[in-house]
Amino acid sequence: MRAAGIVKRYGEREALRGVSLQAAAGELVAVIGPNGAGKTTLLSILAGIARPDEGKVDSPNGEVGWVPQQAALYRRLTVEENLLLFARLEGHEDPHASVEEMLDLTGLRERRGEIVARLSGGNQQRINIAIGLLSRPAVLLLDEPSVGLDPRQRARLWEFVSALAGRGTTVIFSTHDIQEAERYGGRMLVLADGEALFDGPPEGLREAVRTEAPEAADRDFETAFVAYLHHRGH
Amino acid sequence: MRGVRWLLLKDLQILRRSPLQAVLLVAYPILIAVLVGFAISRGPEKPRVAFLNEVPAETRITVGGAQLPSANVKGRICKRVECVFVADRNEAEAKVKSGDVLAALVLPANLVNKINSLSTLTPGVPEVEVLVNEENAVKAELVDDRITSLLAQANLAVARRIGSEGGRYLNLIVNGGEFKALGGSFHILGLRTSARILEAVTPALPKGLQPSLKEVTNFATQARDNLNVAKPLIARLAQPIKVDKVVVGGESPPLEIFAIAVAATFTLAFVVVLLVAGSLALEREENAFPRLTRGLISTNGLLGEKVLLGTAVGLVVTLLMLFGMQLFVPLELGRFGLWLAAILVAGAALGAAGAALGAAAREVRAVSLLAFMVTLPVAFLSLVPSGAVSPTVFDAIRYFTALFPFKPALQAIAAALDETGPGIGGPLLHLAILFAAYAVIARVALRRFSAV
Repeated sequence: MRAAGIVKRYGEREALRGVSLQAAAGELVAVIGPNGAGKTTLLSILAGIARPDEGKVDSPNGEVGWVPQQAALYRRLTVEENLLLFARLEGHEDPHASVEEMLDLTGLRERRGEIVARLSGGNQQRINIAIGLLSRPAVLLLDEPSVGLDPRQRARLWEFVSALAGRGTTVIFSTHDIQEAERYGGRMLVLADGEALFDGPPEGLREAVRTEAPEAADRDFETAFVAYLHHRGH
Repeated sequence: MRGVRWLLLKDLQILRRSPLQAVLLVAYPILIAVLVGFAISRGPEKPRVAFLNEVPAETRITVGGAQLPSANVKGRICKRVECVFVADRNEAEAKVKSGDVLAALVLPANLVNKINSLSTLTPGVPEVEVLVNEENAVKAELVDDRITSLLAQANLAVARRIGSEGGRYLNLIVNGGEFKALGGSFHILGLRTSARILEAVTPALPKGLQPSLKEVTNFATQARDNLNVAKPLIARLAQPIKVDKVVVGGESPPLEIFAIAVAATFTLAFVVVLLVAGSLALEREENAFPRLTRGLISTNGLLGEKVLLGTAVGLVVTLLMLFGMQLFVPLELGRFGLWLAAILVAGAALGAAGAALGAAAREVRAVSLLAFMVTLPVAFLSLVPSGAVSPTVFDAIRYFTALFPFKPALQAIAAALDETGPGIGGPLLHLAILFAAYAVIARVALRRFSAV
């Protein structure tokens, strides 16, 4: 997936200012930044939900799966009914087989008949991601997938996402948790006020933080990262 | 179309999974509809009035010493209201207080004597007693109208009887004849015969007396002619103005058919508007809208699915209600095709309006509130007849209600149920225009759904 010079304006405000991004097959890219940095806007543009005012997005044709921040599920339907509905809408030849596959992938086979509203946030997020995978996308976009999950649920989620990447799916996820981004992202794109400040591996970001905010170099990474943003005028 | 089918199935699954909501959605409008139907069709037609007649059975109104035949006041009153005969005043009062009857009419024992005293030197004031329970302003108004109308009927009956007797006496004075009174019979000469006798004897009298006698003859002739004119006047005094009702426009179906049409339209409107608006807002609340419209189904397809859902459920509920109404009032089943056309087109227009509401409000709770806030006043205003308010206000109501599908839906359903009213073509065209307009509004409002 490739995006170049993306600009998005909401009235007078520029939500994205010439942001570019490139991701290869099987890569896990973390888009990080404080609230309001433009992470969700960027992912929405990559997903084709929002249109950029300037710039270009090249994506594998129709093969971009999108998982919104809040679970896009019908809470009064069961796990199986949700998966079956979206498999049918995707036009799968054998939607029931696709459902079985996703139940295996999410590890929710035992809970297939449960109403989604009764599941934990973590399990709802797993179904949310499974629905995003129903189109068998080459690229999966995850908008803050771990928000609201407890540490155990978060660990399960990342195990699941890492397995997907291991099978060759490109995963681009947004987060404002720098430690999570560093731990799971193979590459990091730092956004602040719509501007891309850094694009590279986690070690490269650590190096940039040390260089530009030396006074915070011996403190924890999150504090140092905030100092780095401050030095960059954000 | 493939996507529409699966989304329709999904919405029905969600509806089935919320039995309370489904029951409320269907039962509440039907309950309201049936109540409205009964209120309109049975309400003011024959109110129950307690009737206590304390006048002794054989007492009659007398004129000139002669008893008049019964004016059948009781029969005339009980023809217009459902008379509930009571034994005494206490029972009448209890029935009024409990709301069992709208009012009680008490004819006191001295009523006829008081009427008879009107022709004496010491006239009394005949009075009847009316017991009412004015628990609210609407009921007070209704009771006033009904009782005033009933007493007018009773006064009219008595006045007609007196007028008729008065006319008979005038006839005796003018034309002469037999007068029966005090057990005997008297011959009355009459003005006409008197004049004839005087004219016949005039030539035989001395010339000096003839001019005076001529004056008496002329007086008798003039009196006869004038009293002849007075006879019809006395008859008309009982009812000086006669009503000649001419229908110049606005054909309408029978009241009970109109009531059923109102009930059916209420049901259809609430089911369709609430269901379409609610299910569309639910897509946003569940965050499913962007996911769905990202290649799985077009926005137009999604709108179409919601309108189809509302129309289909509305059709089933409305038909069930109409067949239920069949138990009370026979409907013309031969017009079933027109029923379907009216309900489907009205359902589509109401569905489009519901979609516009759902797209504008975006949240299920706000949508439910908005649907009630819009539908109830529009439905109420659609029932205001011309002449009930000032022409300016009525014009404003007419233009306002024309912007919503309730009134044309009511007209279409009424026309489909009965052939005596206006045709169905106009309302269907009106609904088609509103469908297109609301579909465009819904389509535009849905753009806000996708906002990040």
